[in-house]
Amino acid sequence: MPLLFALLLLPFCGSIVSALLHERNRTAIAWSAAMVPIAGLALLWWLSGHVFDGDAWLVRVPWIEPLGLNLSLRLDGLSLLFVGLIFGIGLLVIVYGRYYLAPEDSFGRFYALLLAFMGAMVGIALSDNLLLTLVFWELTSLTSFLLIGYWSGRPDARQGARMALAVTGMGGLALLAGALLLGNIAGTFEISELLRKGELIRTHPHYAAALLLILVGTFSKSAQFPFHFWLPNAMAAPTPASAYLHSATMVKAGIFLLARLWPALSGTELWFYLVTGTGLITLLLGAYTALFRHDLKGLLAYSTISHLGLIVLLLGLNSKLAAVAAVFHVINHATFKASLFMAAGIIDHETGSRDMRKLAGLWRYMPWTGALAMVAAASMAGVPLLNGFLSKEMFFAETLELEGTHAFTWVVPLVATVAGVFSVAYSTRFIHDVFFNGEWDTSERVPHEPPRWMRIPVEVLVAVCLLVGVAPSITVAPILAVAAQSVIGGALPEYSLAIWHGFTWPLVMSIFAAVLGLALYFGAQRYYNLHLFDTRSPWTGARFYQALIRGLMRFARRFTQATVTGSLQRQVVLLVAVALAAGWLPFVAGVPDRAIAVYTPLNVIALMGWLVLAIASVAVVAMHRQRLNALILTGAVGLMVALAFAYFSAPDLALTQLAVEVATILLMLLALPFLPASSAPESSTSRRLRDGVIAAAVGIGMGGAAWWMMTSQGDSVSAEHIARSVAEGGGTNVVNVILVDFRGFDTFGEITVLAVAALGVFALLAGQPGATPDATDEAFRPVMLALLARVLLPLALLVSVHIFLRGHNLPGGGFVAGLATGVMLAMLYVANGARWTARRLRFDFQQAIAAGLVIAAATGIGAWYFDKPFLTSAHGILHVPLIGELHLATAALFDLGVYLVVVGVIMVILEQLGRLVPLRASVR
Amino acid sequence: MELLLATAIGLLAAAGSYLCLRARTFPVVLGITFLSYAVNLFIFVAGGVRIEQPPIVGAAVAMTDPLPQALVLTAIVIGFGMTAYLVVLAMRAYATSGSDHVDGGR
Repeated sequence: MPLLFALLLLPFCGSIVSALLHERNRTAIAWSAAMVPIAGLALLWWLSGHVFDGDAWLVRVPWIEPLGLNLSLRLDGLSLLFVGLIFGIGLLVIVYGRYYLAPEDSFGRFYALLLAFMGAMVGIALSDNLLLTLVFWELTSLTSFLLIGYWSGRPDARQGARMALAVTGMGGLALLAGALLLGNIAGTFEISELLRKGELIRTHPHYAAALLLILVGTFSKSAQFPFHFWLPNAMAAPTPASAYLHSATMVKAGIFLLARLWPALSGTELWFYLVTGTGLITLLLGAYTALFRHDLKGLLAYSTISHLGLIVLLLGLNSKLAAVAAVFHVINHATFKASLFMAAGIIDHETGSRDMRKLAGLWRYMPWTGALAMVAAASMAGVPLLNGFLSKEMFFAETLELEGTHAFTWVVPLVATVAGVFSVAYSTRFIHDVFFNGEWDTSERVPHEPPRWMRIPVEVLVAVCLLVGVAPSITVAPILAVAAQSVIGGALPEYSLAIWHGFTWPLVMSIFAAVLGLALYFGAQRYYNLHLFDTRSPWTGARFYQALIRGLMRFARRFTQATVTGSLQRQVVLLVAVALAAGWLPFVAGVPDRAIAVYTPLNVIALMGWLVLAIASVAVVAMHRQRLNALILTGAVGLMVALAFAYFSAPDLALTQLAVEVATILLMLLALPFLPASSAPESSTSRRLRDGVIAAAVGIGMGGAAWWMMTSQGDSVSAEHIARSVAEGGGTNVVNVILVDFRGFDTFGEITVLAVAALGVFALLAGQPGATPDATDEAFRPVMLALLARVLLPLALLVSVHIFLRGHNLPGGGFVAGLATGVMLAMLYVANGARWTARRLRFDFQQAIAAGLVIAAATGIGAWYFDKPFLTSAHGILHVPLIGELHLATAALFDLGVYLVVVGVIMVILEQLGRLVPLRASVR
Repeated sequence: MELLLATAIGLLAAAGSYLCLRARTFPVVLGITFLSYAVNLFIFVAGGVRIEQPPIVGAAVAMTDPLPQALVLTAIVIGFGMTAYLVVLAMRAYATSGSDHVDGGR
C-alpha cells in the first residue's frame, strides 16, 4: 500500500520545502508547513474506513533481510489514533507558531525541524518492524534535541537540549539492546508477528533482561522516574515546540511503544511491579512538584510527568480495562495539555513573563484566553463534563480493581487520590495565580488578547475537551474502540463512557480530591505563601545528572593527563606494554593442549640466511645512529626476508618483497639529505636498558607465539579457496585469485589506502620549495648507470607486462608488475635526475592513481549489470589465431586497476621527493 | 627450521620495537620497517612451513596455504605506503621544527 509510504514521506518532504523557502516569506512558510498535516489528515481520513472496519493496512518491502530489517508499515487502530494526534495537534501548533515566533527567529529552521520531527513520530507510529521503529526513535531524539536547542544562543536551551539528548539517547541504546533481545527471543522483528508470540516471549529466560532494557528506553523517553528530569529542562524550547513535544508526541512515543508491545510483554508479575511501580512514583512526584513551580511551563512540565506516570501505571495493571483507560487518557492529556502550553505561550507573549510570582490579575485584560485556560485546566484537574474527568474516573476505578493481598491493593488507590489532590491544587494555581490573585502592574505593559489565529488553536483544543467530556459516546468512542482493540489484541472488555455511573467509589475519590485540592491550594497560599517557596533543591535529578557528567569529564581529563603526556616515546612504551599484557593474558590460565606438527628438517642454506639476517639486525640496532649504514643493512635484512619467502613456497611474496625493498631503500635514500646525517647522542643508559628489556619481551613473545603456531597442527579455511580457484576464479595462482577475486573488496580497500598515503605525501610536500633548474641537477650523473637505465627501461616494461599477464596463473599480478614498473621508472629518476626524466616522461601519475581506482571500481560495479554482487568476476577462454588459447577473466581488469594505482603511488611519492632541494649540498 | 624462523621473527620484532622506542625520527622509521618484516613473516608462517609447495594449482603435489600469503602480499605493499608517509612526515617535521626529535623541537 504505497499510500502508507506517502503518509510517512509527507512531513519529510515538507521539512525540505520549509528549509528551502525564502526566510522573509513567513506566512508562506507557515502555510506550506500547515499543508503537510492537512494533507496527512485527509489521507488518514481516506484510509481510516478500512481501519474502523477492524482491519489494518499493511505493507512490507524487504530491506536488509538477513538482519530482519524490513520497511514494514502498518496502520491499525493505535497507529491511526497516534498519527491522527500527531497531524492534528501538529497542524494547530504550526498555525500557533506562526504568531508566536519573534521576527528575528528563523521561521524556515523552526518549521523544517518541526516537520522532520513530525515525520519521525509518524514513522514510530506506523512502523511494523521493531528495528525500523528504533531508526525513527533515534530520529525523534535528534530532531527534538534541535527543537529544544532552537534558541541556540541561550545557555539554558543548549543545556536542556543536551540533557534531553543524553537521557533519551542513553534510553535509545538500552531500547536497542532490548529490541535485539526481544527479536532474538521471538525470531522476528516484525511487530505484528511478534505480538502473536507473547506466550513464548514471557516464558523465555531472557524475558526479564529484554523487558528491563525496553522499559529503560521507553521510561527515559516518556520522562518516568528516575529519568524525568530532562523534561523540565527541555522547557527552554520555544513554546509551540513544547506544546507539541510534551503533549501529543515525543513523550508519548514511549507510551506508544509500551502500548504497542503490551500484548507481548504484559501479563507478568515483573511487568506489573516495574511498570505500575514506576508509574506510581512518577505520578506522585510530578503532581507534588508541579504545585511548587513558579514558572508556568515548569508547572506544566511536572504535570506532564505526572500524567505520563498515570498512563504508565494504567498500562502496568495487566488489565484490559486499564489499557482502554490508558489509551483514553492519551487522547485527553494530549488535548488539554497542548491547549495549556499554548495558553502559557500566549501569556508569555503578551506579558513578557511566565513567572507566577509576577503574573496576577490578567482576567481583566484577557478574559477570553482566561476562560479557555480555565476550561483546559479544569479538564486537567478532572472536573466533570470535561474529557479529563472521564479518563480520571476510569483510572480511579481501575486502581480499586487490584486483586490480591499485597500492599499495592491499597497503596495504589491511596497514591492515586493524593496525586489527584495535588493535580487539582496545581490546576487551580495555574488559573488563580495568573488571572486573579492581585492586580497587574500596568505601568510597564498593558496585556491584551492575542491575535485571532493564535487563539484559534487553543479554541479548537478546548472545544474538543468539552465535546469529548459532554458527549463521549458520539465523539471519541469509535476511535477509542479501534485503538484500544489493537493495544489489547483481542476483544474489548465491557466499558461505558457515560458521565454518570451513579454514586460510586471513583466519584467519591474525585470529590475528595477536588475538595481537598482546593483547600490545599488556598490554604498553602494563605498560610505559607507559595511565592516564597525556594525551587532550588539539591535533590533534583538534574543536579545528579550534572554531577555525573562533571565526574565523567573530570575522570576523562585525569586519565588523559596521566596517559597522554605529549611524549611519543612514553605513548609507545604504554602501547607495547598493553600489547604484551594482552598477549600474555590467554596463557595465565594455563597452556592449552595442542597437536604437535611434524618438524621440517634444518639445512645449511637456511642457517646461513638466518645468520645474515641476525647479524644485520643486530648491527642496525647497534649503529642506528649512522644512518646511511643502518639503511644499507636494513636493505640486507629485507633481502633475507624476501629470500625466506622464496624458499618457503611463496614466490609472489618474494617478488613483492624484493620490489618493495628496492623502492623503500630508494625512497629513504632520497629522504636522507633532508634529515640530520646522524642521530643526536642517545638517551641515558638506564633508558636504553629499559627499552632493551621491553624489546626483548616483545621478541620473546612474538618468537614464542610463532614457534607455538608453527609447531601446532590446525585446520585452515584455505581448502575452499584452493578448490574453487580454477573453477570459479579462472586462475591457477591461488594467491592472485584470492587477491583479485575472492577477497577483491579487501584489495580494493587496500589500493585506496595506498592512494591515500600517496595523497598524504603529496599534501605534505606540495608546498615545499622545489628544485631550481640549475646545473647541480645535471652535474654529477653516473654515466654508466644513466645509460644502462635508459636501455633497460623498455625491457623492464616488457617484463612488467609479462608478470602482469601471467599473474592469474603463475607468480605475478598487478601488485608485483606495478612495483616492477615503478622501481624501473625510479631507477631512471635516480640515474638521470628528476628534471631530465620529467622532461621526457610527460605523464601525470596522480591521474594514473585515479584511473586505477576508477577501473577497479568500475570492474566491481560491472558485476551489478549481470545481477551479481560487487566484484563478482567472470572468465572464459578466448581463441586467438597464432597465439592460441587465452584465459581471460574480468579479474584481470581489476588487476589492471591495482597495477595503475601501485605505479602511480610509487611515482607520485618519488617525484615529490626528487623535486626538493637538499638542505645540505654536501651529501654524497 | 621452525626454530630458525621463530627466532628470526623474535629478533626482528625485538629490533623493531627497540628502534621504535628511540627519540629520533629516523630510527623510528627503521623500527617500523623491522616490525613490518616481523609481522609479515609471522602471518606468513601461520600457513605452515612448506618447501617447494607453491600455492599454484598443478605446480606440485601438495600445496601450502595461500590465504596468509594473500594477506601478507597486500600488507607488504601497504607497508611501503606507510613507510613513505612516515619518512615524509619526518622530513617535514625536521624542516618545520628544526629538530628530528619525535616530539618536535627539543
